[in-house]
Amino acid sequence: MPTSIDMATSEIALRGVHKWYGRYHALDDINLLIAPREKVVICGPSGSGKSTLIRCINRLEAHEQGDITVGGVELGEDDRKVDAVRREVGMVFQQFNLFPHLTILENCILAPMWVKKMPRKQAIEIAMHYLGRVRIPEQANKYPGQLSGGQQQRVAIARALCMNPKVMLFDEPTSALDPEMVKEVLDTMVALANDGMTMICVTHEMGFARQVADRVIFMDRGRIVEEGEPEEFFARPKTERASLFLSQLLH
Amino acid sequence: MIGRLILTYPDAARRTGVFVILALITLAIYGLGVSPAWIGRVLPTASDWLAANPALARLIGAMMIASIAAVNWKALRQLPRSFQVVGVWIELFVLLMLFFYSFDLSFAFIAKKVGFLISQGVVTTLYISVISIAVATVIALVGAIAKLSKNGVIYGLATFYTSLFRGLPLLMQIYIIYLGLPQVGYVISAVPAGILALSLCYGAYMTEIFRAGIESIPRGQTEGATALGLSPSQTMGLVILPQAMRVIIPPTGNQFIAMLKDSSLVSVVGVWELMYLARTQGQTEFRHIEMLITASMIYWILSVGLEFLQSRIEARFGRFNVR
Repeated sequence: MPTSIDMATSEIALRGVHKWYGRYHALDDINLLIAPREKVVICGPSGSGKSTLIRCINRLEAHEQGDITVGGVELGEDDRKVDAVRREVGMVFQQFNLFPHLTILENCILAPMWVKKMPRKQAIEIAMHYLGRVRIPEQANKYPGQLSGGQQQRVAIARALCMNPKVMLFDEPTSALDPEMVKEVLDTMVALANDGMTMICVTHEMGFARQVADRVIFMDRGRIVEEGEPEEFFARPKTERASLFLSQLLH
Repeated sequence: MIGRLILTYPDAARRTGVFVILALITLAIYGLGVSPAWIGRVLPTASDWLAANPALARLIGAMMIASIAAVNWKALRQLPRSFQVVGVWIELFVLLMLFFYSFDLSFAFIAKKVGFLISQGVVTTLYISVISIAVATVIALVGAIAKLSKNGVIYGLATFYTSLFRGLPLLMQIYIIYLGLPQVGYVISAVPAGILALSLCYGAYMTEIFRAGIESIPRGQTEGATALGLSPSQTMGLVILPQAMRVIIPPTGNQFIAMLKDSSLVSVVGVWELMYLARTQGQTEFRHIEMLITASMIYWILSVGLEFLQSRIEARFGRFNVR
C-alpha cells in the first residue's frame, strides 16, 4: 500500500521537510506520503524527532524548509490555511492537556461552539455521542481532576473527535499512563482505527502497531531510517539501528 | 548534655521552658519601662506602696502582665479553633480601642463629623479607587499580554511602562501628572489626575502579577487549545485566563487593598477624599487625632470588606480544584 500513494491521492504529504532547534537538526529531509484512512505508527529512540514530526502536521511547530500539505492545503505563514488544517486534524497528547477548569462535557463542546460556531444543544449532542463511544458518558459533569489517567486520555480522544476531524495525531498517548490503564486507551484507538480514521501515532506499543498499523516508520536523529509493514519491520528490520532499537524494547 | 536532660525529664524540661519564657517576657516588659500605674487604678489601696517602691513595682507590674498573658493563652487553648480565632480578634480589638480611648478623644466631635467624612470622604475615596482598580486591571491585562509578545516593539513599550511606573514614587507620579500635563497644553483637574496616576502605577504592578499568572499555566494548555483550532485570543480568554485567575486573584486582592489606602495620596492635590477631610476637618477645633483615628478605622473597615470580597472570588475560581 505505501508504494502506491502519490501526491494526488495522499491525505498528508511532507516533502523535503527540515527543522532546526537552534543548531540542533530536529527534522532532516523528511519525505512522507500518507493515504486517506491509512494508519501509520512512528517509533524510534527519544530525541529522534517523532513528536516534532507530527507536531509539524498541525503546525504546533513550524517547519523551516520543505512543504507540508494536509488535505490539499499547504501549511505556511497564512493563518487561515493553518486554521483550516487544524479544523481537520485532531490531536491527542501524552499529558492529555484537558482543560482542568472545565467539566468533561465543557471540554468537549468548547471547540465546536467557538471554532465551528455550533449551537450549544447540537454540540452537547455530539459530545455525548463521542463520550459514549469512549465509554464514559456518565462522567460528563465531572472535572478532569476527578478522573483516572486512562479516563482523562479517553476524554481527550473524544474531545478531538467532537471536531469531526479527518486525521488524528497521537503523540505517545499511553506513555504517561499507569500500566493497567494503557489497555483501555489502546482499545479506544483500535476501535477508532477500525472505523477508517486516518491515524498517525507516535508510540512504543508494538502490540498496537502490529494489530492496527498499515505501516511502521522508524526514525533516528531527525531522519526516517526505515519504513515497512509491521510484520516485516518487527520480524526482519533492514537497518542495524532499527534492530538494535527493537532488541531494547521489552516486548 | 541539655538535650539528654530534656529527653530524660520531658515534663520537668517543659515546665522549666515555660518558666524561662515567662521570665523573659517579664524582663522584656520591665526593660521597655512599662509603668505599673495601672495597678494603682485597679487597686487604689496599693498606690502608696507603688509610689514608695518604683523599681520593685515596675517588676511586679511586668510579672503581672506576663502572667495575665499566660493565663489568657491557657484559657484560649481550651477553646475549639474557630473560637480561638474569634477570641483573639475580640481581645486585640478591645486593646486597640483602649489604646485609642487613652487619647481622651471627644466622641461628640467625632459623632458630629463622621457623617460628612462618610458622605463626602468615603464616597470620593471609593469612587476614585473603584475606577482606578478597573482601569488598572485592563492596563495589567494588556501589559501582561504585551510582555509575553514576540513583537519587540510591543515588548519594549511594555517593559518601559512597567519600569517607569514601578520606579517612581506614586506621590511623584500624582504631582507630575497634575502639574506636568498642563505644561504640554493639557489641563487636567485633580480627580482625573489622581485616577490616572493610581491606574498607571497599579497597572504596572499588576502587569507583573498577570504575567506571572499567565506564565504559570503549562504550555500544554495552549497547545491543546491550539490543536483544537481555537485562535490565540480564544485560547487566552477561554483556557488560559480562567485558570490563571486562581494565581492572579490573591496578589491582586492585595493590590486593591493597598490602592484603597494609597488613594489617600491624592489628597495632596486637594481632592476631598477621606484623608484630605481627616486632615482638614479637625483643624478648626484642634481635634486632629479624632479625625485621623476615625478615618483610620474607616479605611480598615473598607479593607476588611475587600478582603471578604477577595475570599469569595477566590473560592469561585478555585472550585474546579476541589476533588
